[in-house]
Amino acid sequence: MSIEQSNGYGVEMVRAEQIVKRFGHLTVLNGVDLSVKRGQVVVIIGPSGSGKTTLLRCINHLEKIDSGRIYIDGQLVGYREVNGRLVEDREAAIAHMRSQVGFVFQRFNLFPHKTALENVIEAPIYVLRQPRDEVTKRAMALLTKVGLVEKAHVFPHKLSGGQQQRVAIARSLAMNPKLMLFDEVTSALDPELVGEVLKVMRQLAEEGMTMVVVTHEMGFARDVADHVIFMDKAVIVEQGTPEQIFDHAENERTRTFLGMIREE
Amino acid sequence: MFRWDVVGQNLFSQLFLNAAWTTLWIAVIAQTFGVIIGLFLALMRVSRFPFLAWPVRFYVWLFRGSPVLVQILILYFGLPNVFPSLVTYITVYSATLIALSLNEGAYMSEIIRAGITSVDTGQMEAAKSLGMRYSLAMRRIILPQAARVIIPPLGNEFNNMLKTTSLASVIGLFELTYTAQVYGSQGFVIFELLIVATLYYLVLTTLWGYIQNWIERRIDPDRATKAGLREQKGWTGRVLSFGSPRSDWTLGGGPPPGK
Repeated sequence: MSIEQSNGYGVEMVRAEQIVKRFGHLTVLNGVDLSVKRGQVVVIIGPSGSGKTTLLRCINHLEKIDSGRIYIDGQLVGYREVNGRLVEDREAAIAHMRSQVGFVFQRFNLFPHKTALENVIEAPIYVLRQPRDEVTKRAMALLTKVGLVEKAHVFPHKLSGGQQQRVAIARSLAMNPKLMLFDEVTSALDPELVGEVLKVMRQLAEEGMTMVVVTHEMGFARDVADHVIFMDKAVIVEQGTPEQIFDHAENERTRTFLGMIREE
Repeated sequence: MFRWDVVGQNLFSQLFLNAAWTTLWIAVIAQTFGVIIGLFLALMRVSRFPFLAWPVRFYVWLFRGSPVLVQILILYFGLPNVFPSLVTYITVYSATLIALSLNEGAYMSEIIRAGITSVDTGQMEAAKSLGMRYSLAMRRIILPQAARVIIPPLGNEFNNMLKTTSLASVIGLFELTYTAQVYGSQGFVIFELLIVATLYYLVLTTLWGYIQNWIERRIDPDRATKAGLREQKGWTGRVLSFGSPRSDWTLGGGPPPGK
């Protein structure tokens, strides 16, 4: 057995088949396929309204889908098959799936009535029912990892955006997720705070975390991504290695988009 | 001729102290049940199931749309008439408590619902993304944040409740108003005793006003920030005194995009 097989690298972590998602009459995902292998970093880029955030939210069932199938680690997400038809899964099953998938939001969504540390330990204690002292020890290690251990007892409103976002990442990591989803996590940040968050994400990628990242940070996409997906108008227009997408894009829409980004 | 001596004699009499105590405990119990009923109704109202939300709309429509005085009369005189088996259970106390609690529940449900919906939707999403079920997220994440929106109007509701208990006088419950009426008309000193009752109401509402101020200062983000959040002790401090200066306080915990 090769090393790659033994740690599961290369096994499919996320598989999406022909996802269709509509908001009323607006189709935001129109037959999207996605495959993310274990240990891979997949970066999704594209203009606003292209459906990339919706796709990410569908993966952990924050959005229902109108047709198609999503699997995480081989498990159907959000639905179960009854007599060949898909019905929405029980709440407990969906919650259990989400407990294994980290999600980091553009707007951080830290719990404002809890300190940084309390934000991190909340779910492991109340969802995974792990002992508080053990969780606290691990949480302090995670806060150290994101460089915020001295802010452990500070409430979110006293933290900068970059610090809040790093706490949010630590909060997700405390659940020991097998997959991390990042939804434009630097878009709400002052430019000088973007770097500290990307640094944490780079480190995570190096450690082998499976990540799906929606971002406008093209430098990050180029450096860190194993696979880049360009979305526009509810479909995947083009995908490939960072070199293929950034240097040798075949599709006109991809080139136009990247050209506009570069002019900024 | 107004008899000040009668006012003086009754101001600290056992009779009025008892009446004031009755007014107070009726108000406290009715308000407590009102909050509990209101909480359950609000949770039903915000649930995604219409079959839970619609009965609440009807309930609120019914109890907010009719006078609480009539509700008390219906409970005390109306129901035992139709259902004789209820006679043993319906006393002036139970009728008053039930009517006031049910009525208050309608008002509290709207206040609590407003508090819940004031919490940023990102909070529920974040909780769910961490694997929390709806009920756990509501208990641990949403309701504690809604509490600080709910508490100021809740204080006003209790102030109202202290005075609304006077309606129980129509069915003969010896709270402040009925006590003043009965003993006042016996001794032809009704004006004097109503003044005594008024003074008691003022004392109760003023004391409550101080307590309300104290609570609201504790949950005031400005003061909480100045005092240093970690120094806040007790449940009010832990549960309610989070937050940032009011001007830029966002329930989502983050600055607006681009800031």
